[in-house]
Amino acid sequence: MDKKELIYQLKQQIIKQLNLAGKTPEDIRDDDPLFVEGLGLDSIDALELIVLLQQEYNIKLKNAEEGQTIFRSVATMADYILEQQTGAAN
Amino acid sequence: MQHTELYITESVSVLNRTVVHNDKVLLEAEEHTEDFFQFLYDRLNIDYPKFFKMDALCKLGTAAAHVLLRHFKKEEYLPEEVGIVLSNNSGSIEADINYYESSKTFPSPSLFVYTLPNIVIGEISIRYGFKGENAFFISEKFDAQWIYFYVNNLMQNQNIKCCICGWVDVKDEQYNARLF
Repeated sequence: MDKKELIYQLKQQIIKQLNLAGKTPEDIRDDDPLFVEGLGLDSIDALELIVLLQQEYNIKLKNAEEGQTIFRSVATMADYILEQQTGAAN
Repeated sequence: MQHTELYITESVSVLNRTVVHNDKVLLEAEEHTEDFFQFLYDRLNIDYPKFFKMDALCKLGTAAAHVLLRHFKKEEYLPEEVGIVLSNNSGSIEADINYYESSKTFPSPSLFVYTLPNIVIGEISIRYGFKGENAFFISEKFDAQWIYFYVNNLMQNQNIKCCICGWVDVKDEQYNARLF
């Protein structure tokens, strides 16, 4: 799966997992901030995103502080997933 | 303890998919209405996206409070002067079961946060900015005497000037809310 496809899939998963009623993947720009501004997610949503990474991509966040960078936007999440998948494959 | 004169100014009930405000039927969902809460959200113009993240108990309480407080003059009270005292029979059993089911695979944080019945009070308080005393009681059926005693006490000792009271119960997709 290339980055573009992964980003679209992530947007669908985020909408479903976080019950973002009325939102479509098209409403979320790749570089929109996920927290406060942008999508306006909160701390509970952050935990749900960690669960999503584990559940859907088998990726466990090793360091909670990394979350701030990884969950900055859908694009940064996709970068992190691809990086982890590449690392696991090598 | 002295008894204060307490008045009920408004009432709302959500029962058997019917919303009644001050004894007048406001809304009635058809038998086949698939998502009762989506129906309430749309028809009551709730316009609060967080509604969709809530569990059924909080959705029910929030929808009932939305009707109850439509004409409430919030500006006449300090946030600390508005109390909330609710009760029910089933606690947060639906959220508890949903969380338990999720915990068999990946426990869901957003389900976990609703595994206490008093969260419905928190959701109403957040939406309207109320900061007064509050309590959630579990009892077999609505105990009007106890609620009267408790609210009377809040008014005399905790500087509460008005209070949202009632019953908010969800079990097996049976919704029963009576707020006043």
